[in-house]
Amino acid sequence: MSDNYFEIIRPGVNTTFQDKGRDNLYHIGIPFSGVMDNRNYLIANKLVNNNSDTAVIEFAYQGPHVKYYGKKINFAITGDVIFSIKKDNTEIEGKCYESYQIENGNEINIISTNKSVYGYLAFGGELDIKLQWNSCSINTKANIGSNNGKKLDFGQNIKFKKINLNQDVKKINYINTKIENIRVIKGTNFDYFSEEGKKIFYEKEFIVSKLSDRMGMRLEGPKIENIVNTNIKSEGLIKGVIQVPADGNPIIMLSDHGTVGGYPKIAVVASVDYDRLVQISSGSKIKFKEISLSDSETLFKLYEMETLNLLSQI
Amino acid sequence: MIKNISNLGDSALYCDFGNEVNKSVNSQVIKYFKTIKEKKLKGINNLTPSYNKLIISYDLRQINFNKVKSYIENLDIETSLKFNTKKLEIPVCCHESFSLDVKRLEKILNLTVDKILENFFNKEYFCYMTGFIAGMPFLGDLNENMRAQRLETPRVKVPKGSVGLTEQFANIYTFESPGGWNILGNTPVNVFNSSEENKPTLINPGDTVTFKEITLDQYNNYNE
Repeated sequence: MSDNYFEIIRPGVNTTFQDKGRDNLYHIGIPFSGVMDNRNYLIANKLVNNNSDTAVIEFAYQGPHVKYYGKKINFAITGDVIFSIKKDNTEIEGKCYESYQIENGNEINIISTNKSVYGYLAFGGELDIKLQWNSCSINTKANIGSNNGKKLDFGQNIKFKKINLNQDVKKINYINTKIENIRVIKGTNFDYFSEEGKKIFYEKEFIVSKLSDRMGMRLEGPKIENIVNTNIKSEGLIKGVIQVPADGNPIIMLSDHGTVGGYPKIAVVASVDYDRLVQISSGSKIKFKEISLSDSETLFKLYEMETLNLLSQI
Repeated sequence: MIKNISNLGDSALYCDFGNEVNKSVNSQVIKYFKTIKEKKLKGINNLTPSYNKLIISYDLRQINFNKVKSYIENLDIETSLKFNTKKLEIPVCCHESFSLDVKRLEKILNLTVDKILENFFNKEYFCYMTGFIAGMPFLGDLNENMRAQRLETPRVKVPKGSVGLTEQFANIYTFESPGGWNILGNTPVNVFNSSEENKPTLINPGDTVTFKEITLDQYNNYNE
């Protein structure tokens, strides 16, 4: 069965294999990793009849250009992505949230994401890639996961362990909603900041810096003044924590974040907004709004129900 | 004991053991960490012990803040519990090609190189936690006269194996990474090995570590 594979003609900027990530390893310094945008990951797998925890290809901004070799297979792309499919000598523009059948020699060229960051390419089948701590997720900073913990590269051939026999094509009407207002819960060091600093945090706009990646989203804007101490004794972090170092520019911890940190935590992003937060591209505006813990819990439940409802329509 | 429990976002518990950083507070944190880890409560998906805090992360799809909080508050912690710890000796070479910040340390600590090395090597360290990057141990406590602040501008790349100092702690960079600690030397020992899934970390919280000075020759010919 290993005669089915794809060749990477162009890898794209930051293309990795991801799945649900790995848990219970924070205490030795290993973060969750896994897909940045969980909803788009789940939809991609469902569109090609995969199990919900199957590995997919995640790309940021510019995606990969791949050529497929082997028996007929389905694929689907989710996110807000511009891509084309080349069969023989005809090239058609592809649509997200729709599965397509491709065969030996066909190509998929993922040109770019549209005013967003991450997109997902799922094939109907299982990739022949290594798991580490029950996850294939690549963490390029620690070189953990499949592909020796490195981004995908030019000329690589990626084999399939198996391909799905059920190759019905599917589609769903779905549009990614983009948000500027990110809901947050007050952080454990909120009172380290001056009244003016707190006001700035909730009332002013910040710009997403180019230096953002899977580890963290750096923000630029008015400085947030600290009046207690710009360092704390290093302690645990989770994804979504917003730390403010001495320079006054907030950094939001994302899926590959360092597991402990020594900067004061002003707030934490509500789980309901995480999938959409990671899609805010560099140069875009972002604003924070405080909500309570119980509202955050309820909103997340609703978001999850909406996700399950979407999946049930596929 | 835990002084206060609050929420860190909507999917983690922030257990505060106070502001002091010492072995006895940290041993309490480690006891809680080991006990909770052992019990494997459904929904808890990560535990992060540090000097005097314990972060308990959970899956909001399965459980919520109030449930985890009451579970922790009613937990029976065996305070006399002894956990398995090791004593380790880590070889470190302080050749000038490795001790990137020794000149800076001489200046801020107002000590000679010989004195810095003497203080550093004649000391037993306690591992408070591992983390930041995979397997990095935070070891304390350095003598009062050995405590320096982080670099003002962190290095973009600190070489793998670098042994660094900041405030009362020493650490080891388990792989090349950005970092702001004062680098004193380098160890040839692989402190983190990701291919050993069951035992990737050489040094764990609660372990005791001493450093042994080796020459550049010994460093280059080191076999694990």
